[in-house]
Amino acid sequence: MTEAIFDMAALKTGSNIPKPDDFYEELIGLHRELTDAQSALVNAKLILLLANHIGDPDVLRAAMAAARADVVGTA
Amino acid sequence: MKTYTNPTYEYRRAPELDGPTRHCQVVIVGAGPVGLVAAIDLAQRGIPVLVLDDDDTVSVGSRAICYSKRTLEILDRLGCGEPIARKGVGWNIGKVYQGRELAYQFEVLPESGHHRPAFVNLQQYYFEECLVQRALELPSLEIRWRHEVSGVVPDADRVTLRVTTSDGDYALTCDWLLVCDGARSPVRHMLGLDFEGQVFRDRFLIADIHMTSDFPAERRFWFDPPFHPNQSVLLHRQPDDVWRVDFQLGWDADPELEKQPARILPRLRAMLGPDAKFEIEWASVYTFQCRRMQKFRHGRLLFAGDSAHLVSPFGARGANSGVQAADNLVWKLELVLRGHAPECLLDSYDSERVAAADENIQNSTRATDFITPKSAVSRTFRDAVLSLARCYPFARKLVNSGRLSVPKVLSQSPLNTPDGATFDGSMVPGAVAADAPVSGPRGDWLLDHLGGGFDLLVFGDVVDTVRAAELARGPIACRVVQVGGIERHDRIVVDDHAGLVAARYDGKPGSCYLFRPDQHVCARWRAFAVDAVHAAIARATGQ
Repeated sequence: MTEAIFDMAALKTGSNIPKPDDFYEELIGLHRELTDAQSALVNAKLILLLANHIGDPDVLRAAMAAARADVVGTA
Repeated sequence: MKTYTNPTYEYRRAPELDGPTRHCQVVIVGAGPVGLVAAIDLAQRGIPVLVLDDDDTVSVGSRAICYSKRTLEILDRLGCGEPIARKGVGWNIGKVYQGRELAYQFEVLPESGHHRPAFVNLQQYYFEECLVQRALELPSLEIRWRHEVSGVVPDADRVTLRVTTSDGDYALTCDWLLVCDGARSPVRHMLGLDFEGQVFRDRFLIADIHMTSDFPAERRFWFDPPFHPNQSVLLHRQPDDVWRVDFQLGWDADPELEKQPARILPRLRAMLGPDAKFEIEWASVYTFQCRRMQKFRHGRLLFAGDSAHLVSPFGARGANSGVQAADNLVWKLELVLRGHAPECLLDSYDSERVAAADENIQNSTRATDFITPKSAVSRTFRDAVLSLARCYPFARKLVNSGRLSVPKVLSQSPLNTPDGATFDGSMVPGAVAADAPVSGPRGDWLLDHLGGGFDLLVFGDVVDTVRAAELARGPIACRVVQVGGIERHDRIVVDDHAGLVAARYDGKPGSCYLFRPDQHVCARWRAFAVDAVHAAIARATGQ
């Protein structure tokens, strides 16, 4: 397993959702019968809502770095 | 197959073809895992039982291979846990890969101090053979091979069966019919009963191969591996150097074509490498469904196993839940047959096992949706979870390659007495008894001392001789199993030498747990009171 190579102190990465399978089912269910473009819009709105709820710039920056890391190979 | 030859069990002409119609208390349709478990349990309880099967052998090809800890514990009570555990390959580690990389690994049973492992892998034909051998030892159990049920007439006071054999048809009547005739259940079809649910639009190739390899005994699951891109693959070790490989093929795959060795061999070669030496034992292409009957009890007909509910294979919840269903049903049926409990007790079989089936179907459906995403966005989330799982523990909880079978906690059961005091831990009313090492007259494990009838587990010498005798009397006896203290003739005393019984049951001195005959907790107290125990037993037996 590879280790994260940026500062993760601010971001919770241990399990924090009480019933992960329930959450995941709801998340996928949220997109039921949407087109890909509609799904992308729903996802963007969801991220913005959650980001506003979190508020802390350090947390948001750490989450953005973590999300991008594997996708472009290096962080 | 190279490693296995199916036995042939002897067909015998039915005496009813030449004589009067026989009436049985219980007839079981289907000598598969579930029917055999129910038959053995009934016969051990002294209830005569007749099993009818339309075939004369065990499972052809392996089918179910992962038998859970709970299944082994049930079989221990039925006298066949040990041969199955000994022959099977025990495992506790699951590994999940994305592409080439290990995304994460998990322990199915993360603590020690249990007799049985999380799972043993064993070909279904061996599993059934062990059960048949045990069944043949029991004098009140008769199995009739190649006796096919071809007609069922349910009435208010009995069920009439027509049985077809090569020598002709005959009739039987019975008080209760256990329908354990599998996913395609001819009896369910004859009666036109519902079977609602979801069919998944995907196909899987299952191949059992014979191969000498030093891969460890663990469950390996790949998402999108380089040897089978964009699909999933599952690998399990079985006895006799047989390995189960399960390839996702997609809905458009041609099942007849994919069954051909010419198609299977290159897939295996890509996975196992150019030097691997293997032979195909058995292969099949399957689709699957998650569905169940609305009710498992229809008057005098009781459906159990695949005839009543179907799940996907991811999670090993098919045969294991069927064995638990039989375990749930048989003690209730015995009490009803002996007139010690009202027939409505059997409705709790329905409600408890319907709840269990729903939990199994939910878990199975979720795993299937993760393994086979149904939309582009679902697939994107799946891949995002797998990518995050390499670094971040939270995402590992979301990876779902099958939530492996654990027994249902029957927390909503009407047979439970609600708690009147607070307890820590997971042994809530409805839970299956957690095992723990002990020294006792029946063996080295707590579960060796529970089950079959009602048991009152007490922490400390809190039940006097008069009360112990009172509990042991009556049509529904309750045995006292005491943790700690000196040996007494009127109870079982076990030594909790590792302290794990007290830890797992929050067993402060004076605490009492009442267990049903299937080892589920049905009541618990912080202090013993004989009237409360009698009331809880009455409640647990539908009175």
